[in-house]
Amino acid sequence: MTTTNEIAISAQGLVKRFKGRGGAVTVLEDITLEVKRGETFGLIGPDGAGKSTTTRVILGLLRRDGGRSSVLGHDSMRDVYMIRAESGYIAQQFALPADLTVMENMRFFADLHGIPAKRQKGRIAELLKFAGLTEFTSRPAGRLSGGMKKKLALACSLIHEPQVVLLDEPTLGVDPVSRREFWNLLGNLRAERGLTIFVCTPYMDEAERCNQVGLIYKGRLIARDTPAGIKKMVPGRLLEFKPAQFETARKIVAGLTGVLQVQTYGAMLHPFVDDLELRRKEIEQALTAQGITWSGMRAIQPRMEEAFINLVTRQEEAENG
Amino acid sequence: MQFSFQRLRALLYKEIVQILRDRRTLLLFFLLPLIELFLFAYAVSLTVSHLPTAVVDQSLDSRSRDFIHALANSGNFDITLDLQNQEQVLKAIDNGTVKAGIVIPPDFAGKVLRGEGSVLILLDGSDSFSVESGYSAASSIAQKYSLELTAQSVQAGGAASTSATSGGLPIATITRVLYNPDIKDLVFILPGLIALIMQIIVVTHSALSLVREREAGTLEQLLATPARPFEMIIAKLVPGMLVAMLDMSIILVIGIFWFQVPFQGSIGLLAVLSILFIISGMGLGLVISAVTKSQRQAQQLTSVIQMLAMLLTGFLYPRTTMPLWTQLIGDLIPLTYFVRIIRGIMTKGVSLSFLWTDTLTLVVYAGIVLVVAAALSKKRLD
Amino acid sequence: MLQRILAIIQKEFSQALRDRVTLGIMLSMPLLQLILFGYAINTNVRNIETVVADQSQDQASRDYLNAMVNSGYFDIVETAADQAGVIRSIDAGQARVGIVIPPDFAAHVQRGDAQTLVLVDGSDFFTSQSANAYATIIGQEYAIQIVMNRIAGTGATANTLPALNALVRVLYNPDMKDLWFIIPGMAAMLLQTQSLILTAAAVVREREAGTIEQILVTPIRPIELMFGKIVPYVFIAMLNMLTVIAIGVFWFGVPFQGSFWLFIGLSLLYVFSGLGLGLLVSSISQNQRQAQQLIMLFMMVSLLLGGFIFPRYTMPPVVRAIGNLFPMTYFVPISRGIITKGIGFSVLTSQVLSLAVYILIVMLLAALTFRKRLD
Repeated sequence: MTTTNEIAISAQGLVKRFKGRGGAVTVLEDITLEVKRGETFGLIGPDGAGKSTTTRVILGLLRRDGGRSSVLGHDSMRDVYMIRAESGYIAQQFALPADLTVMENMRFFADLHGIPAKRQKGRIAELLKFAGLTEFTSRPAGRLSGGMKKKLALACSLIHEPQVVLLDEPTLGVDPVSRREFWNLLGNLRAERGLTIFVCTPYMDEAERCNQVGLIYKGRLIARDTPAGIKKMVPGRLLEFKPAQFETARKIVAGLTGVLQVQTYGAMLHPFVDDLELRRKEIEQALTAQGITWSGMRAIQPRMEEAFINLVTRQEEAENG
Repeated sequence: MQFSFQRLRALLYKEIVQILRDRRTLLLFFLLPLIELFLFAYAVSLTVSHLPTAVVDQSLDSRSRDFIHALANSGNFDITLDLQNQEQVLKAIDNGTVKAGIVIPPDFAGKVLRGEGSVLILLDGSDSFSVESGYSAASSIAQKYSLELTAQSVQAGGAASTSATSGGLPIATITRVLYNPDIKDLVFILPGLIALIMQIIVVTHSALSLVREREAGTLEQLLATPARPFEMIIAKLVPGMLVAMLDMSIILVIGIFWFQVPFQGSIGLLAVLSILFIISGMGLGLVISAVTKSQRQAQQLTSVIQMLAMLLTGFLYPRTTMPLWTQLIGDLIPLTYFVRIIRGIMTKGVSLSFLWTDTLTLVVYAGIVLVVAAALSKKRLD
Repeated sequence: MLQRILAIIQKEFSQALRDRVTLGIMLSMPLLQLILFGYAINTNVRNIETVVADQSQDQASRDYLNAMVNSGYFDIVETAADQAGVIRSIDAGQARVGIVIPPDFAAHVQRGDAQTLVLVDGSDFFTSQSANAYATIIGQEYAIQIVMNRIAGTGATANTLPALNALVRVLYNPDMKDLWFIIPGMAAMLLQTQSLILTAAAVVREREAGTIEQILVTPIRPIELMFGKIVPYVFIAMLNMLTVIAIGVFWFGVPFQGSFWLFIGLSLLYVFSGLGLGLLVSSISQNQRQAQQLIMLFMMVSLLLGGFIFPRYTMPPVVRAIGNLFPMTYFVPISRGIITKGIGFSVLTSQVLSLAVYILIVMLLAALTFRKRLD
C-alpha cells in the first residue's frame, strides 16, 4: 500500500467538458492514473486525444468537471497555489517573453517563485550551466534556436527546485541531438533528486524510457502500464519483411488466416500473427505462389510504435463495430 | 489572496521591458499623438472664414462697391473672382473654384434707396462649415448695411428724434467669449484632444497586451507560476498608465508653451483626476480583451469604440443637441465626464467644487473597473 | 490563368466571410455613423441654456430678453444678480450663455446708447459659435425693429426707406442638412478604409501564417496572386459603400444628383488606390499589428486633411501639400461633386486625372516591394 507521501500525481475518474456550439462536448472521461515519486510517466495518444487537457486539468489550469486530481497531495481545484509552488510546467505552446534576455527570463521566474535575491545568483548560474546556456545570458529569448528555447524553458521551470515537472510535448520540433541532451538533463535530475516527471509526448522512443505509459484515445485511457506491459497487450507476434511489390503483397498477407493485423513501415510490412512459425511459413508460401519476392523476413519485438498503432486501430474498429 | 511585492516587481519589470523593446509600437504611441496635435493645430479650422468668393457686380456704382467691401472686410468672404453673370458663378461653385458667390443686379444704388434693393448670395451647400458660417455672416452683414443706410437717409431727411439717428443702433449687443476671447480653435480642441488621445492609448494598450499574451501562449506559462492574477493585471495596467501620463504631459507642454493654449486651473488636480480617468479607460480595455479572441478583433473593437467616443462624448459635437438615447450612450463612456473635467480645469480654470459630479462619476467608474478586474482575474484558462 | 485567379478569389472570399467579427464591424461601423449623423448629431445648436442678470427689470429689458428667447436659440434657465454671478454660472456649467442688462436700460435705449453684454462659454466650440452668431443677429434685429418703429413714428413711411434684402440661397442643400454633407465624404472614407484594411490584413495574415509559401510553390504567378487577392475586397468594399448610399438615399432622403454609373466607375478607380496602398503597407510591415498601426495613422491623417470634415482651403500651403499624398483628397470632391452637386465628368477631369496618376504610382511601388518580399 503506497502512502500518500509517495504519490506525486493522482487522478481518479477525471472528467472534463467543453462548451461547444452544439452543446457540451466531453473531452476527458474517467481518466485514472497514479504516478509515484521519482517515476517518469509518459502520456501518449493521437492528436486531439486529450493529452494537453489532462495535464492542464491536473495542474488546475482548466476547470475539472468531475472526479479527483491532485499533485503532491494538493487538490487541483482547491490548492492551486500550493501546486504552483511545488511543481514545474512547460506548456505545449510554451512561450517565454521573447523580448527578455535569457538572464532576465531566469530572474523573472525566480522572482515569481519568490526566491530571495541572494540565492538567485547561485541557483541561476547553476541552472544556466546545467542547460548549457551560460554564454547566452544576454541574448533575447526570441532569438534562441528551437532547442535552446526548450532548454531555457526547462531551466525556468526548475528554478524553484520543484519535486514534480509536467511537460507537454517538450521536445516537439527539436533536432534529435538537442532532444537527447534535453532528456539527459532530465535523467540526471531524476537520478540525483528523485524528480517526478509527467510528460506528454508524440515520440515513441521517449515513451519507451518511461516507468509507466498511459495511452489516451478520444479522452479515455485505453491502456496504462509499463512499456513492456503495453507491448504485451498487443496480440500475436510480430514479423517484418520487405516485399518487392508492396501493395499486392500487403493485400495478400492481410487476407491470410492467422494474420491479425498488417502495419506498414516505410517499405516494410509488419504483420501481427498468432503463431510465429506456422504463419511465417504460410506467408512465405502465399507470396511465392503469387511470384512476389521478398527480403529480410524475421521476427521482431514490437516497439511502442507498433503497440500504439495496434491498440489505437483496434479501439477504432471496436467503436465502429 | 496572498500578495507579493517581489512577484509584482518582477511582473512590472517584464511589462516595462517589453514595452521599451518594442520600438515600433513605442514610436507610434508617442508619435501618433504628436501628429494628431500638429494636424489639429495647423490643419483644422473650425471657424471658417475667408471663403473664396466670386462677385458679379452688375451695377458698378459706389453703393455696390461699398457693400462688397463690407462683405470682404468682415473677413468671412475672400473675393477671388470677378465674373459677369449668375451662370458663371454657378459654374465656378460647381467646379469648386469658389465656395460662395455674390450677385448684385443693375441699378443697385437706385433700388436700395427706393426700398427695393436686393442682392443674391449663393453658397456651396456641399460643404457644411462654409455654409454655416457663410449663411449667418451674409445675413448679418446685409442687415447691418441696410440699417446704416436707413439711419443715414433718415438723418438726411432731418427727422426730429435724435435717438433714431445717432448713426447707429440704439442697442449695441456686445458679445464676449469667455476663456477664449480670441476664439482660437486650438483652445477649443486641445483639452478634448488630450482626453481623447489618452483614452485611445489606455484602452488600446490594455486591450492589446492582454490579448497578445493570450495569443502567444505566454499567458498559460505565467498562470503556471505562483503569480496571482491580480498581480498580473496590475502589472499590465501600470505601464500603460505611465505611458498615457507621459503622453499627456508632452502634449500639454507643447500645447501650452508652443501653441500658447491657456492653462487656467490646477495641474495637481488634473493629474489626480487623470489617473482616475485612466483607470476607467483601462477597465474598458480589460472588457475588450475578455470578449475578443484575437489581436485583430481587439483592435477593431477598439476602433469602433474610439469612433463612438469621438462623436458622442462632446469632444467635437455638442451633446445638448443629441436625442436622449444618444446622450445615454455617451453617458456610458468615461470620456464624456473627463472632457468636461479637463475643459473645466484647463480652459475655465474652475476648482473641484464645480467638477465634483463628474469626478464622482469617474470614481464610481474606476471602482466598478477594479471590481470587474478582480472578478475577471482567473487562475485558470477557462 | 483564369482558373488560378478564380481559385485564389474563392479562397479569399471564404476566408473573408469566415472572419465574422471583422465583417461585422466593417459593416456596422458605417451604419452606426449613418445613424448617428442622421439622427443624433446636429451642429446647429438651439435652446442654449442661458443665465440672465437683468439689472433694470423694466419693459425694455423684458422685451429684449423675450426677443432672445422667442428666437428659439436661448432658454433662460437661471437668473443672477450681476456679471460675476453670471460668470459663476457659466463656470459651473449650469449655463452656456449669460446675458447682462445694466440698470436703466429703458432710459439708455431712449437716448440711443444702451448696451447689453452677452457672455459666451468659450470652452465648447459649436455652442459658442451658435450663441455668438445668433446673439449678435437677434440683438441687431431687435434694435433695428426699435429704430423702424421710431421712424414710423416720425412719419416717414416704410416704403420710402432704403432697404436691402439679402436673398441667401444655399445651393444643392438648401436646408443645410448635416447628413447630406456627410454621406459623400463617408463614401470616400469607407472605400478607402475598407480597401486598405482588408487588403493589408489579407496579405499580412497570409505571410504570418506561412501559407503564402505554400501557395507560391504552385504554378501561380505573383501578379495573378495579387489580382486574385484584391478582387474579393473590391467587391466587399463597393458593396458596403453602396449599402450606405442606398440607406442614405432611400431611408434618409439624401438626393443623388449626378450620374450613378459615373460614380460607380470612379469609385472603382478610387478603390484601387486603397488596394495599392494596402499592398504597400503590408510589404512594409512585419506583422499584423504594425500594419494596423500604420493604417490607423494613415486613416487619421487623411481624415483630417482630406477635406472630408475640415475644409482644405483654410489650411496653410504646407499642410495642403501633405494632403495631396492621400487619395481621399482627390475623391472627396468627386464624390461630393457627383452626389450633391450633380456635376459631370467634364468638370471633374483634373481630379480624375490626379487620382489616376496617384494610383499608377502607388501600384508601381506596391508591385516592386511586393515582389521583393515574396522571393
